Amino acid sequence: MKTIVFAEHLNGKFTKSSLEAVSYASAWSVSTGGTCLAVTYGSIDASVLGTAGANEVWKMDALNTADGEQITKLMLAAQKESGATAIVLSQDLIGKSVAPRLSVRLNAGLVSGASFLPAGNIVKKNVFSGKAIAHVTVNSEISIVTVLPNSYGVNASGAACPVTAFSAEVGTARVRVKEVRVEESESIPLPEADKVVSAGRGMKGPENWGMIEELAKELGAATACSRPVSDIGWRPHHEHVGQTGIAIRPNLYIAVGISGAIQHLAGVNGSKVIVVINKDPEAPFFKAADYGIVGDAFEVIPQLIAAAKAFNATK
Amino acid sequence: MKILVCVSKAPDTTSKIAFTNNNSSFDETGVNFIVNPYDEWYALVRALELKEAQGGNVTVLSVGGVDYEQIIRKALAIGADDAVRIDAPESDALTVSSHIANYAKDKGFDLILCGKETINYNGSVVPGMVAELLDMPLVALASKLDVADGIATCEREVTGGIEVLEVNLPAVISAAKGMAEQRIPNMRGIMAARTKALEVVSVENTTVTTSVNNYEMPPAKSACKFVDPTNAAELITLLHQEAKVI
Repeated sequence: MKTIVFAEHLNGKFTKSSLEAVSYASAWSVSTGGTCLAVTYGSIDASVLGTAGANEVWKMDALNTADGEQITKLMLAAQKESGATAIVLSQDLIGKSVAPRLSVRLNAGLVSGASFLPAGNIVKKNVFSGKAIAHVTVNSEISIVTVLPNSYGVNASGAACPVTAFSAEVGTARVRVKEVRVEESESIPLPEADKVVSAGRGMKGPENWGMIEELAKELGAATACSRPVSDIGWRPHHEHVGQTGIAIRPNLYIAVGISGAIQHLAGVNGSKVIVVINKDPEAPFFKAADYGIVGDAFEVIPQLIAAAKAFNATK
Repeated sequence: MKILVCVSKAPDTTSKIAFTNNNSSFDETGVNFIVNPYDEWYALVRALELKEAQGGNVTVLSVGGVDYEQIIRKALAIGADDAVRIDAPESDALTVSSHIANYAKDKGFDLILCGKETINYNGSVVPGMVAELLDMPLVALASKLDVADGIATCEREVTGGIEVLEVNLPAVISAAKGMAEQRIPNMRGIMAARTKALEVVSVENTTVTTSVNNYEMPPAKSACKFVDPTNAAELITLLHQEAKVI
């Protein structure tokens, strides 16, 4: 079976979630004895998509931005030309704009946010905000899957692959980008962070976040917070992780002074390793943790900062 | 301005998630259902704010059985003017989107608002499907929305910053956190909701392109390993040598 995958890039680099989607599409094609075609656009060296598993790349040089409708038309043309019967995108912003449109146009079953490779026509995906996994059957000839970011690792063992110029009638973008306000911050963007240090009401006030930021800096982590903390304005809304904020799946999640309400857990339960620091030994979060410290954050965090500094000095 | 807000039903965020019939269906025993938070807190409330500032009408629409009427009345109590229930069983996103688009296609809505995803299926696909079916532009995951002179201006969070987007109406916009603040319905709203119009539309069954066969629970976590709070530095060693995440 031939798979076709869309690869998005930013500032001259393919995004991590796109590379994950390419590796997913590649593994899917290999498991069915087929090949993987990646589709992209603009001025970028796309041969590197081969290292993530693509056998070939088709690139539309004349397209400069990833508009949902234009990328839909590009993918439709590439699907038709290649005859691919499986379409893969990341479940990121562009994937959420393109995959539903492709599903309508091709009358193809769409499984969004898959975290495992398909087995036959069954695709597993997380549901109930990660509290369960659904087995979804695709009943159509063409299948579309979007891959949950940070759930399928990039396999970078391939080699550079050939890139062919490709062109399609993509029309004009109806959504106009007026500006992008770059956040003047040295901190790591939360959705992409590999490590996250998060804190809650146990910190007692916004003035005490200095030590959270320092620990995050030493560990190379992003900072996050619980819903109450963003609601009372101690921290910005975009740091709120949980069921109604953003869901993250870092390799390391350190929660300080967060009790672990079920809604908070729903936003972080995909994390590989969870560390909970709380002075209440009965905090429900400990049940979801891999490592725990029952203690006062104001005594524990300075020790961790010192230990992280010492550890960094040995690297 | 005519605004359509699509709302879905979801289990309360504190619900225990369990399955019955050999893990083939969600166990509704003791589960309290709510309006999907993204649909209610952000999409519906922002629609009401726009109507209050500029005039117009807010219709809420749900695709589901008679059990959806409880959440539809909640949306009316918060302030929607009227409601539509498309009487169809729960189905896949493409079927639900087709029902929404078929209803909306000749009604002249200026704006179709949805939450960014439901908290039970986490699909984030209905807004895009509705947009494609109605040949409308889509702004996905907007955290801010203003409308003036037939143009919607949206903001959304992208890697490293905030993107400001403009689109001519009619358009479909999916709402993320930040677009509005949750409103609690007052007694007057709850009373008024009882007499507001709720149109029930019947539809033909269609074939589905995807179906959920069964569910499984994620693997259980192994027991938490505790570190002595007076020797917290040990944690850094464990994260490096045992967990291998730093």
